[in-house]
Amino acid sequence: MKKISRRGFNRLLGASGAAVATGLAMPAIVNAASARVVVIGGGFGGATAARYLKRFDKTINVTLVEPSTKFVTCPFSNTVIGGLKPISYITHGFDGLEAMGINVVHDLAVNVDAAKKQVKLAQGQVLSFDRCIVSPGIDFKWGAVKGATQEIINDIPHAWKAGPQTLLLRKQLEAMPDGGVFIISPPVNPFRCPPGPGERVSLVANYFRTHKPKSKIIVLDPKKKFSKQGLFKAGWERLYPGMVEYRNVDDDGVVREVLAGKKTLVTDFGEVKGDVINFIPPQKAGAIADQSGLSDGTGWCPVDQQAFESTLQKGVHVIGDASIAAPMPKSGFSASTQAKVCAAAIAEMLGGEKPGTPKFVNTCYSLVAPDYGISVAMVYGFENGKIVKVKGSGGLTPSDANDYHLKQEALYADGWYRSISTDIWG
Amino acid sequence: MKLRIPIVAGVLLASAFGIGPATAEMAPGAVLANTCYSCHGTEGKSLGAMPTIHGKPAEYLSTTLKAFRDGQRPSTVMQRITKGFNDAEIDALAAYLGQKSK
Repeated sequence: MKKISRRGFNRLLGASGAAVATGLAMPAIVNAASARVVVIGGGFGGATAARYLKRFDKTINVTLVEPSTKFVTCPFSNTVIGGLKPISYITHGFDGLEAMGINVVHDLAVNVDAAKKQVKLAQGQVLSFDRCIVSPGIDFKWGAVKGATQEIINDIPHAWKAGPQTLLLRKQLEAMPDGGVFIISPPVNPFRCPPGPGERVSLVANYFRTHKPKSKIIVLDPKKKFSKQGLFKAGWERLYPGMVEYRNVDDDGVVREVLAGKKTLVTDFGEVKGDVINFIPPQKAGAIADQSGLSDGTGWCPVDQQAFESTLQKGVHVIGDASIAAPMPKSGFSASTQAKVCAAAIAEMLGGEKPGTPKFVNTCYSLVAPDYGISVAMVYGFENGKIVKVKGSGGLTPSDANDYHLKQEALYADGWYRSISTDIWG
Repeated sequence: MKLRIPIVAGVLLASAFGIGPATAEMAPGAVLANTCYSCHGTEGKSLGAMPTIHGKPAEYLSTTLKAFRDGQRPSTVMQRITKGFNDAEIDALAAYLGQKSK
């Protein structure tokens, strides 16, 4: 049996050490009381971090910077694209954060200056910080695939940042005639929400089955395999037989060029024409990362994986999709669990402590149909300076799970969404 | 082994001034338990099909989690998750949740 984590053990010890220590710790407390933390990004990572910083220590002055007054989540956006939920279901405001005493500033952060400990906003405002948390999500590598530029997204939506793009893809699918072809092309690794494309295929197939049964879905995947592949493919065969054609890297699945005007994707050996095309470009950390020297040659942000402090810019922490936290996937759940660990570490560091040994959980639910859910889960520890999978934990929904199990997981998918979104935005 | 002096001292100091920062949220097991909230709701008050774990005694939570882990109680995802935690960690997070519920 392993020992209890240092974090928990220290907390147990700390209580008994309190009386002795009272007189000694004044400077650290004064420092903590006036500490300012600026959080950039109001999504799964940023909003969680802001809220949990306040939970851990309400004397910390927390400012959240987010351009939008409403945040639309990528998780569960496939239910909107598949016609199961309205966009209001996945749209969240920031009143819950403000009610906790968090300053919410609706502006775009354009630069983090680690040396000056300042964040510059697009409107000219400058925010000073003792520590900064950057959670900008992803940006796209426009032009990395020929023709896949920002200019085409009103015709060929990516719908990989939720909001107007989600509604546009839904509208195009609604307008598509029965017998039409929907093409989806996921990006190379690493990218946000690895099981997302499989779920999107599933929920569009579910919509076609009930509304446009003669239609087809073609997946052009530049990778060898995809997340939960066995479970998704079994579900497609069972629920949507003959509807989904999946082509991977070995089957001419790599898209070399997007011809937006001709609604065509060009591969090595041919052209595939669709009525609706969802091309999801390759990805990197959100723009602020490049603008602030937080990203490396990979386009993502290296961090210490314990407190998520950048290894390139001291005092600045990067969490969520933008950070390099493999083997954790780039998921909303990961971002939120990282945010809690990062917030605890910052509360500790501001109090003059070293951050404790972290532990993380990720669970990604996907819907294959409204009453057919699957999941992948994993618990992560921290060893030799790195996040590692805890041996024996985690794994997929069993391939022989019965209908009751699959239905339960579909209910849990929705339960997860409602609980985590309320945990984050209130 | 280092003591968690400043934060605990902060509780005493703050209570003397009557402000009380939320350092109870950094009690033993708290950061582990916070992960539960992603599915079981803040403070364990579930908004969906997952059971509410708020208001459950520590001993019940600890026994149940270990039963999931050891396969004595059927589950969809809980066995996969509890296999990542040892007895001490389960006891710590159960103690935190149990004490919060009082």
